Amino acid sequence: MSAEIKYITEPHPITGVSNAKLGIWLFLASEVMLFGALFSTYILLRVGSNHWPHGWEELNVPLATINTVVLIASSVTMVMAWASVKLNQFGKFRMYLGLTVLLALTFLVIKFFEYRPKFDHHQVWLHDGTSMRGHLTEDDDEQDYILFTRDADKEHPDVHHEAEKIERERIFRHSSFGPGHSNFFGTYFTMTGLHGLHIIGGVIVNTWLLFPGAVMFRTNRERFAGRIECAGLYWHFVDLVWIFLFPSLYLL
Amino acid sequence: MSHDDHHHGHSHGSAHAHGDHHHELGFWQKYVFSVDHKVIGIQYAVTALVFLFFGFTLMMLMRYQLAYPKGTFPSFFAKIFGAANMPGGTMLPEFYNQLGAMHGTIMVFLGVVPLAVGGFGNFVLPLQIGAPDMAFPRLNMASYWVFFVGGVVMLFSFFVTGGAAQSGWTSYPPLSNIAPFGQTLWLIGMVFLITSSLLGSVNFIVTTVQLRAEGLSFFRLPFFVWAQFVTAFLLLLAFPPLEAAGVLQLMDRVAGTSFFMPEGLVVGNRMVEVAGEGNPLLWQHLFWFLAHPEVYVLILPAMGIVGEVIAINTRKPLWGYRLVVYSVIFLGFMSFIVWAHHMFMTGMGTTMSAFFQTTTMIISIPSVIILTAFVISLFGASIRYTVPMMFALAFLPMFAIGGLTGLPLGLTAADIHLHDTYYVIGHFHYVVAPGTLMGLFAGVYHWFPKATGRKMNDMLGKLHFWGTLIFLNGAFLPMFWIGMAGVSRRLYDQTKYFHGDAVQDLTVLSSWSVWLLGIAQIPFIINFFASMRVGKKVSDNPWAATTLEWAAPSPPPHGNFAVVPVVYRGPYEYSVPGAASDFSPQFVAKA
Amino acid sequence: MGGHGAEDIAKHVRVYVTVFAALLVLTIVTVGVAQFHLPIRTAVALAMLIALIKGSLVACYFMHLISEKSIIYWVLTLTVLFFVFLMLLPVLDVGGSTGSPL
Repeated sequence: MSAEIKYITEPHPITGVSNAKLGIWLFLASEVMLFGALFSTYILLRVGSNHWPHGWEELNVPLATINTVVLIASSVTMVMAWASVKLNQFGKFRMYLGLTVLLALTFLVIKFFEYRPKFDHHQVWLHDGTSMRGHLTEDDDEQDYILFTRDADKEHPDVHHEAEKIERERIFRHSSFGPGHSNFFGTYFTMTGLHGLHIIGGVIVNTWLLFPGAVMFRTNRERFAGRIECAGLYWHFVDLVWIFLFPSLYLL
Repeated sequence: MSHDDHHHGHSHGSAHAHGDHHHELGFWQKYVFSVDHKVIGIQYAVTALVFLFFGFTLMMLMRYQLAYPKGTFPSFFAKIFGAANMPGGTMLPEFYNQLGAMHGTIMVFLGVVPLAVGGFGNFVLPLQIGAPDMAFPRLNMASYWVFFVGGVVMLFSFFVTGGAAQSGWTSYPPLSNIAPFGQTLWLIGMVFLITSSLLGSVNFIVTTVQLRAEGLSFFRLPFFVWAQFVTAFLLLLAFPPLEAAGVLQLMDRVAGTSFFMPEGLVVGNRMVEVAGEGNPLLWQHLFWFLAHPEVYVLILPAMGIVGEVIAINTRKPLWGYRLVVYSVIFLGFMSFIVWAHHMFMTGMGTTMSAFFQTTTMIISIPSVIILTAFVISLFGASIRYTVPMMFALAFLPMFAIGGLTGLPLGLTAADIHLHDTYYVIGHFHYVVAPGTLMGLFAGVYHWFPKATGRKMNDMLGKLHFWGTLIFLNGAFLPMFWIGMAGVSRRLYDQTKYFHGDAVQDLTVLSSWSVWLLGIAQIPFIINFFASMRVGKKVSDNPWAATTLEWAAPSPPPHGNFAVVPVVYRGPYEYSVPGAASDFSPQFVAKA
Repeated sequence: MGGHGAEDIAKHVRVYVTVFAALLVLTIVTVGVAQFHLPIRTAVALAMLIALIKGSLVACYFMHLISEKSIIYWVLTLTVLFFVFLMLLPVLDVGGSTGSPL
């Protein structure tokens, strides 16, 4: 006579898992295919490319290393939050989940500081096949030239260049080090960007569980533990993706 | 990610056999933002039927251009579509391309899949496994509304500058990369549709695994449930690569990347200023990694419906049930490793071609097994020629034509001639239109009594059946000859070419069949809406069927079953020797 | 997971801390190795090996895959299989057009 949906909290007698746990794993399976397709793309483009820079030539490895540590730490606090629910320690749960959210936000802030300089830094390709890196000092559409300040040479890092005029007719293309710069940067921004969106998703879910959702800690702790476990599985997956993104993009 | 049981789900245990005893629910919660799988199923089905009809009208317009390329459209159309699309009644090629691309997109992603999976899957699957609802009802509702938004974005794209997407439903770059803004909306719409499918497939799999009634083991599942179960896995694992590809193309269009842009691409006599070094074939790989499994997403639910209808109307068990189930699983698995047979003509090496040619030949085997099992099921039966059964019977030869005409396309040598001609159009439409749609219509007539408590009219149904069968064949059969004559499927005016002009009569025949096919749907539309109100009232189990959905009241109330069903036997125990009647329902204990 | 009693959870917590330490060490190792600018094939092999170890640690201990129910393993096995097909895609593409894989 009951219209209740079964196995929301208690595990199914045969499969041994609750609905939500099976559901979240299926969702993660689809995420594997999503990121898998992007990794596949990355390999294909890199192998087919004439010039693909090493990640450490172009990207900020120290910041990314710090971010790796931050994300791993957030995974630990996440799993500690789950353990605290299981041990019925509400205060500790709040602390650990709160730390998880804070670490996630730290990751995003560091990411922002990693992204931003890329958009200020430019490269100009000339029709004669050469190119130069530096900063756009002036780019007025009215003028038939741009003012461009080259970066200091690697050999003479303290010698600064003056801004120089480059006629537009000599320029084949110029671009910031944003996604449009090259397939390397396109891949970098797309993959880390999509990963960043997943981080934001995790922050939203965890913040909800930290405040309004936490009511269930008192009303139905078993079910709440299930929710934290699912949120945790998602969060560890996001960490796991980063563990592969980090060497692929930055270290190789 | 939250998995609440809906807060009002527990109050309906009472034996009321009426669906409308939901005192506590307002109109919006009951019919619009419902979490009831049946309401969501019907929402999906009706939305999908509307989209199917809309996608079909796009094609009716295209067929006019194809049949009478030198003539002009009646002034009525010229007025509707305006000077931007149809100046002086002449359809612009750009508009023709929009209609083509959107016809494919709408029929596949907004029509057939939502009807087959979202509609039938949602409505029937929980009932057939004896569950009170889907495992995640709110996720289910989200899935519908995300789908709806995706559909609205797609429709909206017709009204932006430059019009809707016009690079084919496959959206091959670099053409799609440099197409007008409508393509961006197409990509955004696709991201919504894919997300919706993912939510749905998670729900289907969890529901099937976790919520089966007591005694309902996997090999007691109706074939329809198996078909939906395999389909859900295809959606779950094949769609994400297309989502990735969609994101990459979106980046190409919006952020100036060049994932799919080759170097030195010249458009309108100007070199495109992008970094280059991209790979247009990468899109094709990612697209077909989804889109081949997608073909089975289109066909499997229809096969499931046909299996049900045949077993019920032959009053015999489905022949080779286990064999058919194994075939479906094998089919689903193989569908992931045949994708590059769509790409034989891209300059792929012979080793790869040989590999995909082989897998393509292998995948035809389980399809043939399933079809053969269905045909053998008919042998020696005293068939009830009900309307759903007529559609199910028509499915068999139609799908057979679709399948068999696919073999020459899967062989690399024959594909050189047939690739991208009308032959291809004929082939896959036989699979999807006379094939899948016949199955889906069978499903509509078959489960209509469960959804409404009333039967659809037989006379109108038969009219609909014969009209549909004749004109579908009239529309698609000529295409094999047009294709073998070498006419490209992309042509706006085939009479400009000698080989196209030679078969123009067949194109006219096809066009007239398409319009008559449209008229043949009128009895269905009338029947569908009128029967809801004035159809003959029927019992809970009007077809004398064995599966669990017929144990529930018609229409089933929220929570579905008055008594939680227990399953005692396999799904197709018809005409069991010694039994009291010619059907032994799964939900009735042995006497 | 064996049991979820207070004792077991306390044991888990010790495992988590150990895994955390291992992940930190491996992060330092992978960044350290990258400083040598090894030939690309060696570098890829090493970096992916370390990432695989780190990923396995996260999956096995944080995600509790080391002692999960068989249904989850089934789902993941299927996914891994199709993931492999997906990763074969670049090999197919490049190998298909040049005749030699990668």
